[in-house]
Amino acid sequence: MKLITAVIKPFKVDQVKGALKEAGIHGITVTGVQGFGRQSGHTEVYRGTEYTIDFVPKMKLEILVDEIDVDRILDVIVTAARTEKIGDGKVWVTSVDHIIRIRTGERGADAI
Amino acid sequence: MKTGDAAWVMTSAALVLFMTPGLALFYGGMDRTKNVLNMLMMNFWCLLIVPVIWVIVGYSLAQGGSGKFIGNFDWVALKGIGISSDGGTQLITMVFLGMFAVITPALISGAVADRIKFSAWAIFVPVWLLLVFVPVFKWVYGGWLGQRGSLDFAGGTAIHVNAGIAALALVLVLGKRKGWPTEGHPPHNMPMVMLGTGILWFGWFGFNAGSALAANGTAIQAFLNTFLAAAAAGLTWALVERLRDGHFTNLGAASGIVAGLVAITPGAGFVSGMSPLFIGAIAGVVCCFAVGLKTKLGYDDALDVVGVHFVGGLVGSLLIGLFSSPDYFGTEVKAGLFEGGGLALLGEQALANGTTIIYSFAVTTVIALALKATIGLRVDEETEVGGLDLVEHAETAYHGTN
Repeated sequence: MKLITAVIKPFKVDQVKGALKEAGIHGITVTGVQGFGRQSGHTEVYRGTEYTIDFVPKMKLEILVDEIDVDRILDVIVTAARTEKIGDGKVWVTSVDHIIRIRTGERGADAI
Repeated sequence: MKTGDAAWVMTSAALVLFMTPGLALFYGGMDRTKNVLNMLMMNFWCLLIVPVIWVIVGYSLAQGGSGKFIGNFDWVALKGIGISSDGGTQLITMVFLGMFAVITPALISGAVADRIKFSAWAIFVPVWLLLVFVPVFKWVYGGWLGQRGSLDFAGGTAIHVNAGIAALALVLVLGKRKGWPTEGHPPHNMPMVMLGTGILWFGWFGFNAGSALAANGTAIQAFLNTFLAAAAAGLTWALVERLRDGHFTNLGAASGIVAGLVAITPGAGFVSGMSPLFIGAIAGVVCCFAVGLKTKLGYDDALDVVGVHFVGGLVGSLLIGLFSSPDYFGTEVKAGLFEGGGLALLGEQALANGTTIIYSFAVTTVIALALKATIGLRVDEETEVGGLDLVEHAETAYHGTN
């Protein structure tokens, strides 16, 4: 079992969500986050004074998947989230020891 | 007072009252999330303390008697003033002027944002009102400066120059915000700033046109001038930013409008024709550059009270010396240079503002030093970093959840 975490551009969330649903994913968790990567921030000017805003808003998606689905889902996310411009974000995969569906108590891959 | 006049002055007084909450939003939006309530409360404090002091003693000291420098105690606690004597003319005039007394110290709050102790501000306001606002008000309206012939229709010298230079004196004693100017302090809520600007403009029709103290032609001229000068100044400020920095900004438009309103205040009832357009346009450009002075000279006037109110008020007051047109406003008004009156009026304007600047700066500095030596002026570093709202008021403007 794996956890796929993707940090993507906010305007790409709907497209990625649609592609994931089409690929058979039943649940995702979405969080608004801020940070910087190579894109860094932007500047704003108030009364002639320039302010640097270091942190750019992004959306973080978390998806639990079975191991055999990992590569396929990664492709779906990367294809849907890509604009080929700086700031498209990153996707990474981590191992998950336990998953439990709270309602039924199901464990492991059955709980995905 | 005729019924129409009374109706207009009462309406105007309510309009001017509304300017203080408007100013609070204008400043509060420019402030940060952790200090916005402190900024609002500094303004609302003026709405609590000033009316009480004004009615009990302020009005009498500012207008009573025929002294050149200060009033007297004849009208303390409304002694001898009531609707039975003159139908209420003096009562409503006192209330109307009281609204100006409320907003004048409130103007200073923008300069000291993010770091002044609320207790120090709470004491500063009434002390400053009695030691600085009241005497200068007397000099300008009925006292020696007014008698010499300087003009100040609705409070350019007595209010904006006075509060603006006091703001400079106070921040010089108070010191800079932690991190300024290297660390940014951008506005936290621009829509709030724009709403505050709208309320200020709306209220300013009472401020300027109400200062005719009658529903007459002078009031109508002041009304038009308030309309035109604010738009012209907003336009020129926004244009300067577009050419210099690359964009039309909301804050530039809002700041220009306020600068234009400040600049037309002293001459609102003394200029006509296209003069308000020129006064506004000049003020918009001058103030747009004046707000940059603080970083060059190193005084931390947080929300540009000096750059907008002091500079705008001074520019507007001096420009009366050029544009004043007595043809429209009676022989007691001196003509400006461009209206065939020579340099005499400009000299009087310079004298009135010069003495106000020296007096207000000096006395405000003494008050600030006295507060610093006794209860202290600044919050501690932890409060400044964490925000004044929680420590000074036990409130939070925006809770993250719910």
